[in-house]
Amino acid sequence: MTQLPESQQKVKFYQTGTLTVGNRLLDEEHRNVQATMDRSNSLDSGHRACQGCGEALGARFAIDAAIRATGNQLIAANATGCLEVFTTPYPETAWSIPWIHSLFGNAAAVASGIAAAMKAKGREEVRVIAQGGDGGTTDIGFGCLSGTFDRNDDVLYICYNNQAYMNTGVQRSSATPGAARTATTMPVGAEPGNAFNTGKSVPLIAMAHNIPYVATASVHDLHDLEMKVTKAMGVHGARYIEVFVPCPLGWGSKPGDTVKIARMAVESGMYPLFEAADGELTGVTKIRRRIPVDDYLKQQRRFAHVFKPNNAHQLEQLRAIAAHNIKRFDLLARDGEEL
Amino acid sequence: MLKQIEGSHAVAEAVGLCRPQVISAYPITPQTHIVEDLGTMVKAGKIENCEFLLVESEFGALSACIGSSAAGARSYTATASQGMLFMMEAVYNASGMSLPIVMTVGNRAIGAPINIWNDWGDSMSARDAGWIQLFVEDNQQAVDVHIQAFKLAEELCLPVMVCMDGFILTHSYSQVDMPEQGQVDQFLPPFEPRQVLDPAAPLSMGAMVGPEAFTEVRFLAHHKQREALDLIPRHAAEFQSIMGRDSGGLIKEFDCAGAETVIVTMGSVIGTMKEVLAGMREEGHSIGALTIRSFRPFPSEALIEALKDAKRIIVFEKCLAVGMGGIVSMNVRMALQDFPLHVHSVIGGLGGRPITRKNLRRLFEKGLNDQLQETHFHDIDMEIVNRELEREKEQRQSGSIAENILHDVGVVAAAKTI
Repeated sequence: MTQLPESQQKVKFYQTGTLTVGNRLLDEEHRNVQATMDRSNSLDSGHRACQGCGEALGARFAIDAAIRATGNQLIAANATGCLEVFTTPYPETAWSIPWIHSLFGNAAAVASGIAAAMKAKGREEVRVIAQGGDGGTTDIGFGCLSGTFDRNDDVLYICYNNQAYMNTGVQRSSATPGAARTATTMPVGAEPGNAFNTGKSVPLIAMAHNIPYVATASVHDLHDLEMKVTKAMGVHGARYIEVFVPCPLGWGSKPGDTVKIARMAVESGMYPLFEAADGELTGVTKIRRRIPVDDYLKQQRRFAHVFKPNNAHQLEQLRAIAAHNIKRFDLLARDGEEL
Repeated sequence: MLKQIEGSHAVAEAVGLCRPQVISAYPITPQTHIVEDLGTMVKAGKIENCEFLLVESEFGALSACIGSSAAGARSYTATASQGMLFMMEAVYNASGMSLPIVMTVGNRAIGAPINIWNDWGDSMSARDAGWIQLFVEDNQQAVDVHIQAFKLAEELCLPVMVCMDGFILTHSYSQVDMPEQGQVDQFLPPFEPRQVLDPAAPLSMGAMVGPEAFTEVRFLAHHKQREALDLIPRHAAEFQSIMGRDSGGLIKEFDCAGAETVIVTMGSVIGTMKEVLAGMREEGHSIGALTIRSFRPFPSEALIEALKDAKRIIVFEKCLAVGMGGIVSMNVRMALQDFPLHVHSVIGGLGGRPITRKNLRRLFEKGLNDQLQETHFHDIDMEIVNRELEREKEQRQSGSIAENILHDVGVVAAAKTI
């Protein structure tokens, strides 16, 4: 594995009260990729993402970190979806790296093909990333993704998870949480919103393939995201990172709250951050200051109905999911444990 | 070098001689022997600098080829039947992105009812997908046309399907003159892509195009395919000058000039037909044949030239546009629309139904006696069909058509046909 700069391993500065972590608190050499004068810029300004798009933020930091980790020897394959559409309608492109979009469900296989081509041509220094949203990853692209994992192809797959099909107008995916309102799980009937006990965790399924590296990350902690991408690019074989990316349009949240909501998802236990190597969990990000699940849900109109009196059972179920995550991944710090 | 070899093995060797860099395939009968052989050749180091991807599906197989071809590697896959349908989204995508992938199709029927035997339903399902489609008559051609396919694909930046009859060619042993590596290298230069994914010169591929440009993009795809009408014969001639045999071209005539009746077909069935027709000509009948080797692009002008003086055309095809009739014949009729020719459409050999000298002779005689319908189903038992129609009339819950017909035919009788 690549030796990480000390800053990325250890720095956990937080401003009191706001819980934000700022570059200005760090020494210059410890600041993140985006703060340096000679930073790479995978995703140029001028693209058509919505205000407050979590995916645009996540993709820019992830790909920039990968560019840095590979010395700009990087090719990306992109699934159909928001990221593809808002970055590239011909003749314009926001990408500064070689980039290909083929289909909705085949980004992993296309990336495998590129990696095979590089190997055949003796250019293994060129590394390959596949990326897509949750629909293109957990649903329609799942077969190809599993194939890439199964063969342990030298591909990092990054899923930007905003928990629904946003590009087609906010329909339910297998990453949509219980109770969430989408265009195909409307808040009507006795069980409003998305059904509970459905969906899947692709990070855990990825681990079941025993691939060398799996991680979850969130756009509220970009140092952590950069660290995980850098780490992933230091390893060969199939790797998977899922980035939690709030979608103001689909979630009914304020564009200015994207980072805050992402943090709340993690701090409430709704989105656990962890890393795994070769199928084994190797680390979790402890919750620094646990917040009530309700506070996270209240930021988003997609969960508004769970606060109605006759939907109290749904709220209970969501709280139980967070409690289960906290227990399962051991997300709370023990007394005296340093965070 | 002369070899007595199975069709699939011969194709695998030919593909190996083309120095592929990425091969990606998913097993499906009757394509399996081809990719098994290639897998072994790559693993044993007999094909240098080549990666073989064992993928999870045909969709993954062609998608990986899309990635590898876009990254500048000569890429190959093979499929058949359901596999072709399963990869169909990628089939259109590969041609839309101008990626010169070569794919063998071991032609096989499409279910349901599931059927592993030969017809052209699979290739025909992709006839409008923007791929060049070359049909081969025997295993020598299968070898030779694969080598030409890479050159054609890479010159035009278009993907090429080499269509060979499943089992009839893929699993039959015959004598094949295998080219030498030096000859193939002389004919086929290294792959130089028109655009390539490379960090040294970043570009974006496969982005969205709106109504303002889509028509022109599609027109140019059509235009490029039409360019192949010049290129295919040119490559065939060049190939012939190196290898010393004719095994390409747009069409191939068999005593077609001056014949009143001409049988038009594709693929391996011409082998049986040639024998039947030779006998009939000896008896004084004016009858010849022609095979279409390039179905896409469709060689309209070559067909007109070959067929304009004939009186009667009988198109024999192993495919059916349900609700319409013959597919090849539709194309032939359109090509010949300015000529006062009678074009009969004969649908035969579906799902591997044997096409014999005997039943072909019967068919051709019917043709000569003007007893063929516009659309004629070759070697069909209408009594069985009518009995099933009766059953359906009698009861609502009449069950599976396929099952009923097999009960009707009887297991022993059914076994005799396969």
